[in-house]
Amino acid sequence: MNHGKTRIILLFLALPLALYGALVVSPYAQAFSISLTSWSGFTADKPFVGFDNFQRLFQDPDFWQALGHNGLLLLVVPLVTIALGLFFAAMLNVGGSDGKVAGVRGSALYRRVYFLPHILPVVITAILWQFIYNPQIGLLNGGLDAIGLGGLAHTWLGDPAVALWSLIAVMVWAGVGFYVVLFSAAMQSIPRDIFEAAELDGAGRFQTLTRITLPLLRESVQVAWIYLGIHALDAFALFMVLTPTGGPDNSTMVLSQYLYLSAFGNGKFGYATAIGVMLSLLSLLLTALTFRGSRDKNTIEF
Amino acid sequence: MKTSTHPTQADASLPSPTRQEHDRAPKPTTPPTPPLIKRVGAPAATGATHALLVLWALLSTVPLLWALISAFKDNRELFGNPWQLPSTWHADNFTRAWSRASIGDYFVNTLIVVLGSLVLTMVLGSMVAYVLARFTFPGCRLIYYAFVAGMAFPVVLALVPLFFVVKNLGLLGSYHGMILVYTAYALPFTVFFLTSFFRTLPTAVAEAALIDGASQEAIFFRVMLPMAKPGLLSVGIFNFLGMWNQYLLPVALNTDRDKYVLSQGLANLASQQGYEADWSALFAGLVIAAVPVIGLYLALQRRIQAGLTVGMLK
Repeated sequence: MNHGKTRIILLFLALPLALYGALVVSPYAQAFSISLTSWSGFTADKPFVGFDNFQRLFQDPDFWQALGHNGLLLLVVPLVTIALGLFFAAMLNVGGSDGKVAGVRGSALYRRVYFLPHILPVVITAILWQFIYNPQIGLLNGGLDAIGLGGLAHTWLGDPAVALWSLIAVMVWAGVGFYVVLFSAAMQSIPRDIFEAAELDGAGRFQTLTRITLPLLRESVQVAWIYLGIHALDAFALFMVLTPTGGPDNSTMVLSQYLYLSAFGNGKFGYATAIGVMLSLLSLLLTALTFRGSRDKNTIEF
Repeated sequence: MKTSTHPTQADASLPSPTRQEHDRAPKPTTPPTPPLIKRVGAPAATGATHALLVLWALLSTVPLLWALISAFKDNRELFGNPWQLPSTWHADNFTRAWSRASIGDYFVNTLIVVLGSLVLTMVLGSMVAYVLARFTFPGCRLIYYAFVAGMAFPVVLALVPLFFVVKNLGLLGSYHGMILVYTAYALPFTVFFLTSFFRTLPTAVAEAALIDGASQEAIFFRVMLPMAKPGLLSVGIFNFLGMWNQYLLPVALNTDRDKYVLSQGLANLASQQGYEADWSALFAGLVIAAVPVIGLYLALQRRIQAGLTVGMLK
């Protein structure tokens, strides 16, 4: 069993580890030390400034504004996406009218269609919505006009009051289908006899949903929450394409974008990296909190 | 949990009482209410439910159809009623997008970078995963956790130092530089996923081959890799879509305009649009960029849904 073991280990690990070390581990490690400097990127030495960058961050209104936007995304995007995902998944899998444990007619087709927006590359989604929101050629204003709601037309991405919400809508639009599929899979792994037993005990459809289906999906919902949360903390591509400079009055600036613009726009590499460190702490905290919140409860196995 | 491998099966396998109920039903268009359930106002709820399902289906498809149709309009029509079909279908928008707007070049660049990275990721990733799954050796847990930790941090954190690492290696704006970076950042998930996959594979065949005098490397390539095909396919699809999607890495590291990938080139074109710009070519470019992904999805729908969701549930 051990014949040739050492050789294959060395042979198979050398190249991937070198690559991973040089391009992933080392940059992450460097990030923490660069965040303690006032490096502008084009000097050889990186002047050490201690926690100055972090101190400045805490007094930087732009940082707080971006953080607030991420906070809003973190709250709204998972909530709405998961609610819609659960609702549609429930309709498609246990909401059928010819029996409560079956899906509605054509549920496979619905799942396929709902998944389409998710499969699009983010940049394509972003440009597509840039067109849809465009005041001159856009589908949205044109559509509102066509159904006599022309008064609701906006310059969706140019008005600080609605710009961030317009972006949130895109994130939800692109995300829901994925979670419909995810929750569908989870719902289908619930054994049918549980539903039948509830039915015999006289449980109505709504009761079955709230008392059986949703509690049994807790784990999937939790995974979805982390995933959407991390997504909401990043959201770089979407925001960079739709509002490249952070939107009107910075109304759509998010942390990842602020980092990018500080570094590659303004050459404040040390400062930008400090933003990155804060962002990472937030996502680690998010993951830890979500896992902690559920650790005491038992995992359900069928 | 295994996901989405049997969505339609479950649709078909109604429990027997319901199925009997259904068979006795007079009319399939308005399914009967099973008598076991007391349901007040259920038909109305079902109607509203259906309306919502249809509404979301429309929301998911209409923007895509609109973009597709707009890609055939000329600029003047684009600024007209967005709900109107083009009077003549301008296929020339696509040729203009492909050549004049450089979408063709971006497409080729993307293919080179994505396919190169995909092959390299799968080869290196499965090598690491196999070694970690099959052997215990000093440092094996450390290596495993180093890869797992790579999934926990946002890539933007590494962006600034990574830029300078790549710059110092002289790899900014080069194909092989992009391929190496894409691969390095795809490794954590690939290793994580394939390690648990290799652990589930039986080793009897490998041990028999070893006794017959095959080398460890031959066993890996000839015995274990073929057995790992389903896992490789899932993670391969996942990686392909992720790499085709990639925007953050190229926008920071792929500084040479001639080497732009699709996402980057399209975003750049879109940001330069003004009143006189060639909007219709941009719509056409969007369609060109979306076609491979949507085509792949329609062809491998089940596998893709499984491949994407499996990443979350492990």
